[in-house]
Amino acid sequence: MSDHNEIDSVSGVETTGHSWDGIKELNNPLPRWWLWTFYACIAFAAVYSIVYPAWPGFTSASKGIWNWSSRVDIRHELDAAEQAKAEQFAEIKSHDINAILADEKLRGFAVAAGSSIFKVHCATCHGSGAQGSAGFPNLNDNAWLWGGKPDQILHTITHGIRDTSDPDTHSSQMPNFGKDAILKPDEISAVANFVRQISKQDADPKLAAVGAGVFKDNCSACHGDTGDGKIEFGAPKLNDAIWAYSGDLAAIERQINNPRHGMMPAWGKKLGEISVKDVAVYVHSLGGGE
Amino acid sequence: MLQSMFIHWVAVNRVTVHTIIEKQPVEAVNTGAKAKGAVLYSARTKIYPKRVQGQFRRLKWVIMVVTLAIYYVTPWLRWDRGPYAPNQAVLIDIAHRRFYFFFIEIWPQEFFYIAGLLVMAGVGLFLVTSVVGRAWCGYSCPQTVWTDLFIAVEQYFEGDRNARIKLEAAPWSLRKVTLRLLKHASWVLIAIATGGAWIFYFADAPTLLTSFLTGQAPLVAYATVGVLTATTYVFGGLMREQVCIYMCPWPRIQAAMLDEDSLVVTYNDWRGEPRSHGSKKAAAQRIASGDCVDCNACVAVCPTGIDIRNGQQMECITCALCIDACDNIMDRLEKPRGLISYSTLRDYNHNMALAKDANGAIIPNRIRNASGVFVDAVKHFDWHVFLRPRTLLYVSLWSSIGIAMLYFLVTRDRLRLDVQHDRNPIAVKLSDGSIRNGYTVKLLNMVQEPRAIILSLQGLPGATMTIAELKDTSGRSTVIEVEPDKLRALHVFISQPPQMLRTGQTPFTISVNDPQSFEADHYNAQFEVPGISQ
Repeated sequence: MSDHNEIDSVSGVETTGHSWDGIKELNNPLPRWWLWTFYACIAFAAVYSIVYPAWPGFTSASKGIWNWSSRVDIRHELDAAEQAKAEQFAEIKSHDINAILADEKLRGFAVAAGSSIFKVHCATCHGSGAQGSAGFPNLNDNAWLWGGKPDQILHTITHGIRDTSDPDTHSSQMPNFGKDAILKPDEISAVANFVRQISKQDADPKLAAVGAGVFKDNCSACHGDTGDGKIEFGAPKLNDAIWAYSGDLAAIERQINNPRHGMMPAWGKKLGEISVKDVAVYVHSLGGGE
Repeated sequence: MLQSMFIHWVAVNRVTVHTIIEKQPVEAVNTGAKAKGAVLYSARTKIYPKRVQGQFRRLKWVIMVVTLAIYYVTPWLRWDRGPYAPNQAVLIDIAHRRFYFFFIEIWPQEFFYIAGLLVMAGVGLFLVTSVVGRAWCGYSCPQTVWTDLFIAVEQYFEGDRNARIKLEAAPWSLRKVTLRLLKHASWVLIAIATGGAWIFYFADAPTLLTSFLTGQAPLVAYATVGVLTATTYVFGGLMREQVCIYMCPWPRIQAAMLDEDSLVVTYNDWRGEPRSHGSKKAAAQRIASGDCVDCNACVAVCPTGIDIRNGQQMECITCALCIDACDNIMDRLEKPRGLISYSTLRDYNHNMALAKDANGAIIPNRIRNASGVFVDAVKHFDWHVFLRPRTLLYVSLWSSIGIAMLYFLVTRDRLRLDVQHDRNPIAVKLSDGSIRNGYTVKLLNMVQEPRAIILSLQGLPGATMTIAELKDTSGRSTVIEVEPDKLRALHVFISQPPQMLRTGQTPFTISVNDPQSFEADHYNAQFEVPGISQ
């Protein structure tokens, strides 16, 4: 280490006394702008620590004289966002679903709102694009078990299907034709071939001819004489290309033998009137709405 | 060395006996004695540029007036665009994402025109720099223009260089306080006007002015004016050349773009050296001297406080005021102008080689004949230096970008169609076995009047479309009303009956056309039919 007050001969500046491998550090003054910025930062920090929460304690920190908190800020922002949408929500609430669909602006708002609600509550079963899967109907198409008119969709979502907690829920049951021995196995096979035939799929014509009679006696009460289905009972249309489970012969036989029944919760109480309307408008907008 | 200075004294310097050129007591801030004393750390040396008259000073006044006028006046120009668009000639409407420039309207997706202009500005800068060096810095950079304006104000109140130095040194008095107050108040007013003009490019100027003055303008307007006022005042009034030397990256970039044939402000040592301190004295001592009388006029007028006679320096913004100062001196001495001039490094090197003897000393009579006229071998400015491969390349690049942009601008579509195929689900089977695909179709009506656009399908036999937002539309063609200068997004469902279906992707076309103007656009879409059978 060199002398503290050594003067560097080249620059005429005092050294700090620090020396590394013979290289000495000059004691030049700090740039003035830097120094003043530094002082300003210290002053800012002092004021900041009084105004805002800063000093740590054992269980919490000092509150600061402005009583600021990020949670309160978030609360205000959320309230403001709610407030901004309040007008539209009020209109959704006061309008009938058909009126909402007729108003392009209101419809757009409800579709956007319904889309995000759908992704949270409905996508689990119906898929994120409402494309459905075996047993969970595709909501994009134009086949509806309980009706595709706006009011019908709204009713289905509000009260659910086979949800016993809601007195207005849709309810129906297809008998276990095979399991409870209502039909014999060959009758089931025949009627399954008939269903294949009316849905324009390959079928054994002889069995189908037999099956036509079985169908008339056992199935037409709910599914209609020509297999058009009945939305009063949630009985699917059988003469079309859409199948809740599958349209192949074995699957049809299995369904007749021991039917499976879909169930959907009643969303009315869970989501509230406005959200349910939003979802109904969204589902109606997917392209299959009547 | 000294020997060589004594060889023949010829009447090279025909100085009128009565011409006395005072030596200005000034030193270059970057190379003077004080700067040399403390190489590692030195405080800023204040610069008091002296007033000067001449052709370059006049040119700078003209450029200042023109550029400032463009900046302050532009937002107030009106341009009628009909009832559906603002009538401000130049407007950057950020809220509505539009940029208006007289008859041109730019949508966000057409931003490449702005990018093209920036590329042109870049190439233009290369061109200008390769031809005339840092002309941008010297004449048209806002920092230069506003600093010039602020120095002019300072001069108006406090007087020229010597008066300003005296005032600075004088103790505080009523006069000093008054002058300083007037100067700073004027600076602040200019700064407010500068910051104030900026915001009018972003909103309707007359409306904004009223709301600004009555305290109704948005906070961002006041904040912008505040920040720009502060930067104008600090940069133009207080920091001046410090911005150019320490803050700006431009000098480094621009200097790298110079070559041997670029015109730069040059002190011509070959005719200036050796300097005489008063030609009478030189003549009396029988010293052969050059044209430079070492009067320091070039240093005194320099806004960055340097001595151009030390050669090209990073600090030099090539404002050419030293040329004016020196030319005035040369006129008084009745010598040809151009001791300091715009010249190329190539010419300078040639003339230097000519002027130097075997020992490397500059001999004045090597470049002049007996009657004091430059010998023919001396190279002077020649405009052919503008025509060289580099500049021609820049010009052709610059103009081809310009012509291409102009072509695209003139032929661009004002009716556009964007289509996005639904991804989830990609296809839907309908009850009758048809397959339906969904598309988000965006119709862009980019003119200032409402239009009825025909949306139609080509290809895809048997297919029909329905539009979710519109009732009772089913077919292969439909009329859609689009508001002026708006985009209309529609969800279009296209379905094809079962007997027409082809598994996989089938190309078809969605097109729009305006039967009034015959404008049209189309999108080559794909119709997707999944391969799974039931």
